[in-house]
Amino acid sequence: METTPKDYSHIKGWGIDADPHNNPSYPIKHRTNGEHAGYVRPDLPQQPETVEVLHSNERPNLTAVFGTSAPPSGLSGMIRRLAFRYSENEYRHWLPLLLADRVNVVEGILDDLAHGHIPNIFAEKGGKADWKYNRAGAIRSIAVGALLTTGALVLLTRKSKAPRRSKTRSNARDKA
Amino acid sequence: MLAMNYRGPYRVRLDRNKPMPEILHPQDAIVRVTRACICGSDLHLYHGLVPDTRVGSTFGHEFVGIIEEVGPDVTKVKVGDQVLVPFNIACGECVFCKQEMYGNCHESNPEATAVGAIYGYSHTAGGYNGGQAEYVRVPYANVGPTVIPADMDPDDAVLLTDVVPTGYQAAEMGAIQPGDTVVVFGAGPVGIMAAKCAWLFGAGRVIVIDHLEYRLEFVRNYAQCEAYNFKSLEDPVLFIKKTTGWLGADVCIDAVGADASGNAMQSITGKKLLLQAGAATALHWAINAVKKGGVVSIVGVYGPTDNLVPIGNMMNKGITMRGNQTSVKRLLPRLIEHVQAGRLNPKGIITHRVPLEEVADAYHIFSAKLDECIKPVLIPSSARA
Ligand SMILES: NC(=O)c1ccc[n+]([C@@H]2O[C@H](COP(=O)([O-])OP(=O)(O)OC[C@H]3O[C@@H](n4cnc5c(N)ncnc54)[C@H](O)[C@@H]3O)[C@@H](O)[C@H]2O)c1
Ligand SMILES: [Zn+2]
Ligand SMILES: [Zn+2]
Repeated sequence: METTPKDYSHIKGWGIDADPHNNPSYPIKHRTNGEHAGYVRPDLPQQPETVEVLHSNERPNLTAVFGTSAPPSGLSGMIRRLAFRYSENEYRHWLPLLLADRVNVVEGILDDLAHGHIPNIFAEKGGKADWKYNRAGAIRSIAVGALLTTGALVLLTRKSKAPRRSKTRSNARDKA
Repeated sequence: MLAMNYRGPYRVRLDRNKPMPEILHPQDAIVRVTRACICGSDLHLYHGLVPDTRVGSTFGHEFVGIIEEVGPDVTKVKVGDQVLVPFNIACGECVFCKQEMYGNCHESNPEATAVGAIYGYSHTAGGYNGGQAEYVRVPYANVGPTVIPADMDPDDAVLLTDVVPTGYQAAEMGAIQPGDTVVVFGAGPVGIMAAKCAWLFGAGRVIVIDHLEYRLEFVRNYAQCEAYNFKSLEDPVLFIKKTTGWLGADVCIDAVGADASGNAMQSITGKKLLLQAGAATALHWAINAVKKGGVVSIVGVYGPTDNLVPIGNMMNKGITMRGNQTSVKRLLPRLIEHVQAGRLNPKGIITHRVPLEEVADAYHIFSAKLDECIKPVLIPSSARA
């Protein structure tokens, strides 16, 4: 923060039309102008950093508390770490994060398989409710799904499976 | 414990073995959830529109429950208290919280400085697990959790964590003057509540726009307002111009956000190609339908990248645009009064009560607007006994 002079007598008319009522953020903000001092870390204890937390480079530190729901891991985690090198102002921040989200979906499926769980995508998409309240739509998507699965099976059975297995294993390790 | 588990766009399931949340900070509490809603905001995550939504996380920012455990520095609530928990995680100490901008706390979300912290709302909103689970970690427990008044129905209380304050703040940010015509885009829970609250500020006429007939019918009765289907209006903006004596509405409220339909170009670039942070159709209409010098109030949620809106018209028309995440804690005292006095009846919008175990079906029903759904509430089995 640069220090602002408190004396404006050298500026003719300084503040002559200032109007505290002209405040479009009223009543959302009970203006104190505390921000004029810049960022001051409140006197709060710090949550210990027990997992990896990425933080925006538009702030100097971690916040006093933070979430720990899904620390970065695997390939998606690497993409997220790269994304956090750039500020929230940059496409280079947000677009890689969206990409990482999609990669993460594939990692999620591989991780399920590695744990011997075949995800029931029909149920995850609310298939039961769809069958009950949207019968015509449900039949349509089941037909499309069946076509796609048959297609995928045909493709998969024609290719070697060896490289795919090793990928599964590395993902399981990342999760732990 | 049982918890909702996000697997990818349009895919969620129940996790039966999610580890119990722990106290990670001296001001944390653990809450045993008794009710948790699904919000229109959760749909943006569910549809994959919000960057840094990680697989394996638990959503849910609208919940009530019982304090199960407290950290050493928690003094304002105690084990056994029945609390409603505002959706914003706020420290109460930073420069923004001190000015009552609890939705803009600067000490709870390290991942994005533009966004406050929200339970179960991606890492862009702090990376917290949410309340669509049996238990949830509640940071800054001296600030957020509010003891539910003894005479209050928990179904009313759970809607005070977000929907009621958000509808109210939407109207408040509109700076509605007595007699004003207020147009609300979106007849979801938030738009319905915004329409209802617009009257509390003295609106002279309230008009709601949506395309789901059952919701339009509902809001006409619930909020005693006019409601029109944009699919049967050739041009919703022209319709509003004509019906307001050609000058436009005094106040337009965007209660739709990134999942808007109604404009193919917006939908393709915003929701399919992700070239913008969701479809900004409703906001586009709001800017063009408001009068010169009018106010556009945005509570609909958009992602952090950018959106296509006619900003040139904002300048030429001298419009004031306002928006924010709702500062729930700031509004609670007044809104509790409104509920107790019968001026607002939040639980009247709940249409679906679903066991937490059926979370995947509940998401699909709410997202695809099946079975005339307006607001679904998830109830963990431990709270159903
Ligand atoms: N600012 C906040 O603090 C805050 C809090 C809660 C919710 N929200 C946001 O409010 C918005 C609405 O939430 P909800 O729970 O009511 O969601 P919802 O999905 O139930 O409702 C959205 C409604 O908008 C309608 N709609 C779609 N396109 C439209 C258009 N072009 N014009 C008019 N209506 C259109 C849909 O048919 C639907 O009925 C969401 O964006 C949500 O994220 C913001
Ligand atoms: Zn919400
Ligand atoms: Zn704060």
